[in-house]
Amino acid sequence: MTDIPAFTPVHLLTGFLGSGKTTLLKRLLTDPALSDTAVLINEFGEVGLDHHLVERIDDTMVLLQSGCVCCTVRGELADALRELHSKRERGLVPPFARVIIESTGLADPFPVLSTLKSDPVLRHHFRVGSVVTTVDAVNGQLQLDTYMESNRQAAIADRIVITKTDLCDVAPDTLITRLRQLNPDAICHIATPHGPDAETLFADGAVHRSAQLQSASGFYCDAPAALQTADGAVHRSAISSFVIVVDEQIDWTGFGVWLTMLLNRHGDRVLRVKGILNLSGEERPVAVHGVQHLVHPPVHMDAWPFNERASRIVFIVDGLDANLLKRSFNAFALAGKVEAHPQPEAAAQARNAQSP
Amino acid sequence: MCSLCGVIGGNEHWTDAVARPGVFTRNVERIDRRRERARRVSAANRALAAFGMSLSDWQGASFVLATRTGKSEVIEDLGHLWPAAERLSGRLCDPLDPVLIARMEEGRDD
Repeated sequence: MTDIPAFTPVHLLTGFLGSGKTTLLKRLLTDPALSDTAVLINEFGEVGLDHHLVERIDDTMVLLQSGCVCCTVRGELADALRELHSKRERGLVPPFARVIIESTGLADPFPVLSTLKSDPVLRHHFRVGSVVTTVDAVNGQLQLDTYMESNRQAAIADRIVITKTDLCDVAPDTLITRLRQLNPDAICHIATPHGPDAETLFADGAVHRSAQLQSASGFYCDAPAALQTADGAVHRSAISSFVIVVDEQIDWTGFGVWLTMLLNRHGDRVLRVKGILNLSGEERPVAVHGVQHLVHPPVHMDAWPFNERASRIVFIVDGLDANLLKRSFNAFALAGKVEAHPQPEAAAQARNAQSP
Repeated sequence: MCSLCGVIGGNEHWTDAVARPGVFTRNVERIDRRRERARRVSAANRALAAFGMSLSDWQGASFVLATRTGKSEVIEDLGHLWPAAERLSGRLCDPLDPVLIARMEEGRDD
């Protein structure tokens, strides 16, 4: 019998319409490594077809049929996961150790993640796993040019699978470059009939992560210098990514005030924040990881990945000015400044504060 | 904060989770806990001052956000701070506003 993890990871498989999500899922499900997986399939159309294509109809396969997962069936998604959890507890379905949600091609992946974090039942039993996005080598470029959803799906991914390369005469180098600019820390895989395997896409064990120099929050940060993107000319869409690297220590509280303020005003335009922070008063690095309005609890990492105590934060934003954001970050979050100059108002409040 | 519905749900906010003395404790280390809250109040006030508002600790359990004219609101954690601040002040609290950034930078360097 499979051990049921305390928090069942929920992986999200997304990608634009026709980009090969179902094909990938179908191949992955034949992998013995995914035998203990519950699958939720969400379809936009009136008639659900994908679950027939996947050819594995059993109790741990659920079809969410009444619309797009990102807007109409948020409640249905939560219900389906709760139902699966309840059935597993009662022994009515085979115990599953992970859930994969195949979303519709038009879905904005963020609300799915948000549902997991905010539902009072789900957040105690499930956690967000990987976001895998499929991008079509034939049509991917065009979709990135045309559809905002396609950009968002790529920008939010932990891992990107490039599909249909066998239908394409040229190597997908320009597409990969484009995807790197949109999402510098996602790992790109090229789909073949035999790979990437389920382990590569969905594994998130501690061993795997540390081997990959990746934090538990999924942060992957090497070679930040190469991530700098040009503006305007290269990017036809407004989505851009950049890295803030600071040597000075960061004040956690100042950073918290700043990021909550930023996300409150611009959350829907900050597609992703991922970073390793060098906090004042803290020996070990702290990883933060946010998707739009949602920020995961920070994770303390065991060691610095590169023996270099510098903070690195990757931002993937939609139409925000990178330089302004960097200036704003420096002004709010650097440690020395926060402690050295409390505002007079802060002192004035002391007389109002009451002691219990 | 629940990111879908605003307030209801009462998640531990992500800013609450950092291993510093006084952050996780509830029953012991009262002084550390107070000190940690005071730091948050002071950090928030650096930014709130620009909007004519201030934050204070309330009984070590919540925070009170107040404007200079005395409008006030109780908030639970930093996640609730900015929506409440925008509501009370009737202004947009935008960290990318160049005027606000200039003000914060000035505060740094004097």
